[in-house]
Amino acid sequence: MLNDWQHGGFGLYLHWPFCQAKCPYCDFNSHVSREVDQDAWLEGFKNEISLYSRQTEGRTLDSIFFGGGTPSLMTPKTVEGILDTVRSHWALDTECEITMEANPTSVEAANFEGYRKAGVNRLSLGVQSLNDLDLKRLGRLHDVAQAMNAIELARSVFDNMSFDLIYARQDQTIEDWEDELHRALALEPSHISLYQLTIEAGTAFGDRFAAGMLKGLPSEDLAADMYDLTISTCADAGLLSYEVSNFARPGVESRHNRVYWRTGDYIGIGPGAHGRITVNGTRYATEAAKMPAKWLDMASEAGAETVRAKLNAKEMEQEFLLMGLRLTEGVDLARHPSLIADPDFLKNFKYLKDLELIKMVGDRLIVTPQGRPLLNSVTRQLLAD
Amino acid sequence: MTELDKIRNFSIVAHIDHGKSTLADRLIQETGTVKDRDMKEQLLDAMDIERERGITIKANTVRIDYRADDGKDYVLNLIDTPGHVDFAYEVSRSMRAVEGSLLVVDSTQGVEAQTLANVYQAIEADHEIVPVLNKIDLPATDCDRVAEQIEDVIGIDASEAIKVSAKTGVGIRETLEAIVTKLPPPKGERDAPLKAMLVDSWYDAYLGVIVLVRVIDGVLKKGERIKMLSTKAAYPVERIGVFRPQMEMIDELGPGEIGFLTASIKQVRDTRVGDTITHEKKGTENALPGFKPSQPVVFCGLFPVDNAEFEDLRDAIEKLALNDASFSYEMETSAALGFGFRCGFLGLLHLEVIRDRIEREYNIELITTAPSVIYHIHMRDGQMIELHNPADMPDLTTVDHLEEPRIKATILVPDDYLGDVLKLCQDRRGIQQDLTYAGSRAMVVYDLPLNEVVFDFYDRLKSVTKGYASFDYQMIGYREDRLVKMSILVNEEPVDALSTMVHFDRAEQRGRAMVEKLKDLIPRHMFKIPIQAAIGGRVIARETLSAMRKDVTAKCYGGDATRKRKLLDKQKAGKKKMRQFGKVDIPQEAFISALKMDN
Ligand SMILES: Nc1nc2c(ncn2[C@@H]2O[C@H](COP(=O)(O)OP(=O)(O)OP(=O)(O)O)[C@@H](O)[C@H]2O)c(=O)[nH]1
Ligand SMILES: C[S@@+](CC[C@H](N)C(=O)[O-])C[C@H]1O[C@@H](n2cnc3c(N)ncnc32)[C@H](O)[C@@H]1O
Ligand code: SF4
Ligand SMILES: [Mg+2]
Repeated sequence: MLNDWQHGGFGLYLHWPFCQAKCPYCDFNSHVSREVDQDAWLEGFKNEISLYSRQTEGRTLDSIFFGGGTPSLMTPKTVEGILDTVRSHWALDTECEITMEANPTSVEAANFEGYRKAGVNRLSLGVQSLNDLDLKRLGRLHDVAQAMNAIELARSVFDNMSFDLIYARQDQTIEDWEDELHRALALEPSHISLYQLTIEAGTAFGDRFAAGMLKGLPSEDLAADMYDLTISTCADAGLLSYEVSNFARPGVESRHNRVYWRTGDYIGIGPGAHGRITVNGTRYATEAAKMPAKWLDMASEAGAETVRAKLNAKEMEQEFLLMGLRLTEGVDLARHPSLIADPDFLKNFKYLKDLELIKMVGDRLIVTPQGRPLLNSVTRQLLAD
Repeated sequence: MTELDKIRNFSIVAHIDHGKSTLADRLIQETGTVKDRDMKEQLLDAMDIERERGITIKANTVRIDYRADDGKDYVLNLIDTPGHVDFAYEVSRSMRAVEGSLLVVDSTQGVEAQTLANVYQAIEADHEIVPVLNKIDLPATDCDRVAEQIEDVIGIDASEAIKVSAKTGVGIRETLEAIVTKLPPPKGERDAPLKAMLVDSWYDAYLGVIVLVRVIDGVLKKGERIKMLSTKAAYPVERIGVFRPQMEMIDELGPGEIGFLTASIKQVRDTRVGDTITHEKKGTENALPGFKPSQPVVFCGLFPVDNAEFEDLRDAIEKLALNDASFSYEMETSAALGFGFRCGFLGLLHLEVIRDRIEREYNIELITTAPSVIYHIHMRDGQMIELHNPADMPDLTTVDHLEEPRIKATILVPDDYLGDVLKLCQDRRGIQQDLTYAGSRAMVVYDLPLNEVVFDFYDRLKSVTKGYASFDYQMIGYREDRLVKMSILVNEEPVDALSTMVHFDRAEQRGRAMVEKLKDLIPRHMFKIPIQAAIGGRVIARETLSAMRKDVTAKCYGGDATRKRKLLDKQKAGKKKMRQFGKVDIPQEAFISALKMDN
């Protein structure tokens, strides 16, 4: 019999927590640090990898992802050391996707080549905007010209390349965005991530927003219009929205993120990294020490994991829907038969179906195009008791 | 026991915040009643809610000993009273127990509405009045102007008003001397049958019901059997004491003295303020005139946010009512809100205080419905019924006419804001009765429907006058008017808790204002929601709350699963603060906010 996680696959996430500067909107676990002893970090990663491999023996990795922070600040040697260790502990699927997030400022042709040699086969570039003024307001260190260069370079080195943009920014009109999006699509990416700017608590933007000083953010209606426009414009360019903020030519969807959304198993290594691992039929949520120095200390000793929580059936159902309904393909309800047996769920299901916000396609529950922009409310309603 | 001519009994009265309690502090301190190290600001405001809001709610009595300049020892009984209009009843009954009043006026502010109201009460109680000009330490003090105002507006001699700073202690000695020399000693016969006034009573967790008494004639002793003249119930006196301000037990209270007794009385309800207490045997037959009972004038529904807490709410309300006879309650069921209580209060502050106490002391979250007043419904068959809750409005075909309670409102306001005040009163269906000037301040008297005042009149008044107006009111009776019940329909369903009584001529305007407010207060849903105001079957205003357009998190990766799951649980808890009407969630604050008028 299949373990439930196998519907989603098995991934490895590696978190590099350092950046050259902290962006004002960013709530990722990223820190600015002058001196990073890459050899020591490599050792930490190696230790963690061997610890986790013991709990997942015999598995095959579908994806490896270097995220951050800014993992493109890692030396190719560090990346190589990590990937060699990974290969010595797990088998890699023949199609294993090995992604690295990169910032346009930190790219150097020499490094790209080094990453590729080490095994990286996909690059995800944090372009964020194709407008110099907005890049400044987003606190980015690069300009549009550098971003274009980085895209060119990445293309020449990697077969598989994607980039990120943030929209629904301060003072952005729908025309501004339409123009920018067209320029982005003119670069003919096969995969692109388009995120509406989220104001996160605890960030510089969050503080300014709370103080009423972050002006010019779009209204709900404008944000909705921008979202509709984004989906249709991408579709016209052959990039289908396979997830809320992710667009790809069919077949080029990111394998790694699909592990999350399909609630597969993933190991999270690095400061603050989260994981989901099923051991002997029990699924655990793991979390590593958040502060880099603390993590490094722990990782060099008995291990950096600080949280290991059993997920109960209810929590697994919640995550299954919270993550799965983000995908255009929806979820296969047969994976959680208890849901269909729950009268609350059935009542909520009918309520949303009558509003045409969700529908069934075969065994799959999917969120309709009308439901998609309301996904949080839809999910909340589905899980209401 | 103290000789009558060595006793002085007085109340300290003033407009809110003019410094009564602070003055009481100084009097207590100067006479060494409380040691300096035990002193704290507004010592007598002991309840949490009093300390937090910095106001007095309950009158407090203290007995102090004072050696006057004439070398003799006096016993002074002071009663610190609340300034807020809601608690005017506390002031009036306190005054009945004493012979004089210190009229405190903030020398930086001057005469305000409650200053006037209190003076009139003091005059009615035949009090000797000693004016005290307070806060002379502040730069804005202007004693001459304020003394002149007292003479002009109130008509009492202020030439010997005492200049005081209750903060620094200046003038306190003079105040004590004035109390001794200017206020009359009480009268009374030591050998006459016992006649004592029941001034107040409350419940104490340790001692049970405590009765505050003022002995008029005779002597009240521990161990004796007493009788309440109104109920004829008799009790053995267990304890007698005075407040200094902590309880101090003594053996007896003679004529002119103020103190307390306990007598294993079960409930506060068994005591009637204003009642006459005498001995069971050989008592007096002549009852004191008694007090007019306090009447709740503002009503609202209190419902637990969580329906499962109904019994806890009942318990809390019963306990609070034990101690507060002016607060009334009866069970209420609402289609929208479930089980709760319709409660009566002396005013909005009283309502707020009770609601706060339930929420804090008993930890029950509440939904409060729109405050309303008591309407008199005259039925076709000649019957008159009292309507406490608009939701209970009978079928119109059975109703002949309606009457609503009206008040006489007195407002003192600086010239500059007079126009705004007149407009406000006019908008609230007021009829101007009087308009006079005292210097640069105007005093306006309006006849207003209570219904237009209970809700947010005071807030509006404060805001249009930047806080410079003061306000006092008295009930003056009922008058017929064209009143109708306005219902609110959300998503085509009537929400009973939002029904209100409105004047026919204002119905459309109020209806429009309410549906507009609700449109802002109710969050967008996944579908569009019509919000309507209707009288009978006729819709008089309508708004449509458009459907939510966007509610989706942009990014959600492996690290976000836990966070999203926790957020979901938090949102579920948040939803408890909403009430479901059909498919619509209405946030609890909407029930009050929807009624607030912007003009
Ligand atoms: N500067 C100054 N402040 C004073 C004086 N007397 C009172 N206050 C301040 O005025 C405010 C109100 O004082 P209270 O004594 O609570 O007034 P109150 O009249 O008892 O108020 P209520 O009981 O609520 O009607 C407090 O902040 C006091 O500290 C004074 O003589 N000088
Ligand atoms: C892990 S982050 C950062 C990767 C890389 N350090 C960078 O900044 O390019 C991945 C992506 O999330 C998006 N992102 C981060 N914070 C965001 C926010 N507050 N609102 C919307 N998108 C955000 C950005 O597009 C970013 O490229
Ligand atoms: S957005 Fe990227 S570069 Fe900026 S602080 Fe966050 S992780 Fe670092
Ligand atoms: Mg006070």
